[in-house]
Amino acid sequence: MNTMVSSITAKPPLPAVGLSLRGAQLAFGGATIFQGLDLAFAAGRTTCILGPSGVGKTSLLRLIAGLAGDAGGEVQASDGRSPTGRVAYMHQSDLLLPWASLLRNVTLGARLRAEPIDHDGALALLTAVGLGAWGRARPAELSAGMRQRAALARTLMEDRPIVLMDEPFSALDPITRVKLQDLAARLLSGRTVVLVTHDPLEALRLGHVVHVLSGRPAFLDRPLTLGGEPPRPLEDRSLVELQAELLRRLTSAHRESWQTAEQAS
Amino acid sequence: MKALRAAIIVCGLFAAWALVTWITAAPHYILPGPGRVLQALWAHRALLAGHAAVTAAEIVLGLFLGTVFGSLSAITVASFRTMRRWLLPIMVASQAIPVFAIAPLLVLWLGYGMASKVAMATIIIFFPVAATFIDGLQRTDRGWLDLAAVMTGGAGQRRLATLWHVRLPAALPALASGLRVGAAVAPIGAVIGEWVGSGAGLGYLMLHANARVQTDLMFAAMLTLAVFAIVLYFTVDALLRRLLPWQPDRLPAAATTAE
Repeated sequence: MNTMVSSITAKPPLPAVGLSLRGAQLAFGGATIFQGLDLAFAAGRTTCILGPSGVGKTSLLRLIAGLAGDAGGEVQASDGRSPTGRVAYMHQSDLLLPWASLLRNVTLGARLRAEPIDHDGALALLTAVGLGAWGRARPAELSAGMRQRAALARTLMEDRPIVLMDEPFSALDPITRVKLQDLAARLLSGRTVVLVTHDPLEALRLGHVVHVLSGRPAFLDRPLTLGGEPPRPLEDRSLVELQAELLRRLTSAHRESWQTAEQAS
Repeated sequence: MKALRAAIIVCGLFAAWALVTWITAAPHYILPGPGRVLQALWAHRALLAGHAAVTAAEIVLGLFLGTVFGSLSAITVASFRTMRRWLLPIMVASQAIPVFAIAPLLVLWLGYGMASKVAMATIIIFFPVAATFIDGLQRTDRGWLDLAAVMTGGAGQRRLATLWHVRLPAALPALASGLRVGAAVAPIGAVIGEWVGSGAGLGYLMLHANARVQTDLMFAAMLTLAVFAIVLYFTVDALLRRLLPWQPDRLPAAATTAE
């Protein structure tokens, strides 16, 4: 498996593309969730957006993905072109099509675009996520962790410079989650990744930069920049301290939003 | 086990029937007992088989045509918003006219032969198939559509490909429910058509026997029709289960394989 991973990461790297988001705003039922958010995503880096539920993380990600949503704002790639069509998207649920085999699921993008289908590449990616023997299996035959690995393979198969992940591992048990974080960090290295999560440890293990989005209206704290390359080992003592710091920031922001909500009511 | 249960149910029904005829002591031309009916069934087996073949052909043809037209309309309605606005109200309104009411017209237009009965069965099957398929096509998981939108570079891009690869297969289980309903109601259409005007088929035979107080033959024809309807339903059901193995009710009990 390791040789397979290195052969994939050894592919000619895609030119990394940075992203910038300007003036993002979201209102819901008359209440402003966030307003005038500016955010830059460095090329080839993993940026984590950490925040409590309901803060608009998913809306922000949908805005970047170019999906219809409630949020407005301007998204630009660092090379001046639109990011639409250069984005891969991974969701909290695996979104595997239950009627199709894993191989057909992984090659869905090519089939939708009527492009030639790279079966060998798909099989190599399935092997890289440890599912090489399951190409013909349907998703129902797999465990939740395996399905999410297949979803990761499908995301990688798209071979896009920008990868957006919406709490991709939150539905998994802790052990599977840690394993998948390691796998994803290795396979996604060199791409511009925006990872939305509510798990501080996940952000700290996978991110180069961690933003905390919290409060109402939500604002971005000063970002936390982390040294070294993800995935950071769980044994890293500094992660524990940083996790405490992030949790403190999240809870204080949470208290503020509670207070404002009470004042408003 | 399943076969045993079915056998017990059939025997029970026959026993209840025999009991009712014995208690009421009804004359055999009002309510013949199971013995008489089975005798009639055997005695007229060639006649019954001939008429049953006609009715079966009408039902199967109607089921096929109703499925084809129903599915095509559903796909059209689901793919084009303008079509949805114009076609859907017409389809719903068409159901307000009972199929019994147009049976004489169909016989008038299409004649006493099989065509009017096939049309009848087609009409009666069309609606459940179209309605369930439209419903299925419009209830595609939002997540899948988002995924397809990102893959194709935006919502509304390559809509036909998304329809073919995502929405259509996702709607097949809904279509299957429509087909099951269709298989169950298809005999109604054919038999009504035969009642209104025909020279062959089980419905014709029933009317004919009834008029001549051959009540046992009428019951035999009814029994033949019931058996055919049940066999048709279970055949369609088994076929659909085989064709759509990912359907939720078909998942193996141990759906989660160990890592």
